[in-house]
Amino acid sequence: MQAQSVTAGTSHHPHPPTATGLDTWKLGFWIFLGSETLFFGSLISTYMVYKHESVRGPMPPEILNIPLTSISTFVLLMSSLAMVIALDMVQRNNRRGALWGIMAVVLLGSLFIGFQSYEFTHFYHEGLTLQTNMFGSTFFILTGFHGAHVTVGVIWLLILWMDAFRGRLGPNNALRLEIAGLYWHFVDIVWIAIFTLIYLLE
Amino acid sequence: MAMESSAVSAEAHDGHKGGHATVGTYVMIGVILTVITAVEVAVFYIPALSAIIVPLLLVLSATKFVIVVLFYMHLRYDSPVFSRVFFGPLFLALVVVIGLVLLFKFVPKINPY
Repeated sequence: MQAQSVTAGTSHHPHPPTATGLDTWKLGFWIFLGSETLFFGSLISTYMVYKHESVRGPMPPEILNIPLTSISTFVLLMSSLAMVIALDMVQRNNRRGALWGIMAVVLLGSLFIGFQSYEFTHFYHEGLTLQTNMFGSTFFILTGFHGAHVTVGVIWLLILWMDAFRGRLGPNNALRLEIAGLYWHFVDIVWIAIFTLIYLLE
Repeated sequence: MAMESSAVSAEAHDGHKGGHATVGTYVMIGVILTVITAVEVAVFYIPALSAIIVPLLLVLSATKFVIVVLFYMHLRYDSPVFSRVFFGPLFLALVVVIGLVLLFKFVPKINPY
């Protein structure tokens, strides 16, 4: 009897029948995010070690556009806000709010990719490519991998938006959006580090 | 009795501290993150702060990082197990970054030619 009441009282966070009492998908995804910190840590350290080893320009202070990147950073921060609101809407079974929330994340994420595409194109026209110098190689590899992660997140959220549109995403399977949200926020915190270490501490 | 015991056990194992932030809290955190970002950019453009720009920006950036992880990624409300599997590798990544930067800064370069 008490077991039933506990289950009913925690409908938003049911206890998964695992040895740890934790959801296996969520635990596995946190472990994956842990491995991703090492991946991006390696790319960031490579950039920081080699950025001043270039024998010819363009160098970081000559080419990095701080105002533009500040706006794209703000866009990504706002997408994280939209993400947590979208998850809250799904958990409350507010389908309309969830659809708006997820679409806002998709649009803001796409806008961020647009900013990055513009930046990459601009750098190319200024003479900075992967092959130009050490700064170019490490910069494009680092920010390119981050951009690829954002792109994967946008595609993932578009799939979840379609599921929400068809009524297949609700409080019972909100964990699907929660895990996508963890991925999205991780992409955001990686950019927080990149914005400071690569752009502001140039 | 057995059912009661398993229910209590399940609750203890879950480790969920319960509750999530409200939408109002999320919006407030969004405003705080925006303000910190604006301060970061302002610090970048103020020449008088150039002497302390590195520690200042690192503290501001770390603050934003922690706020997002605790509130938007819900680690403040979730099981401590998730915190351990995330912050463990993060610590290792920080050691790698700091170690490599210091190594390449202070160890004399070897000329292969």
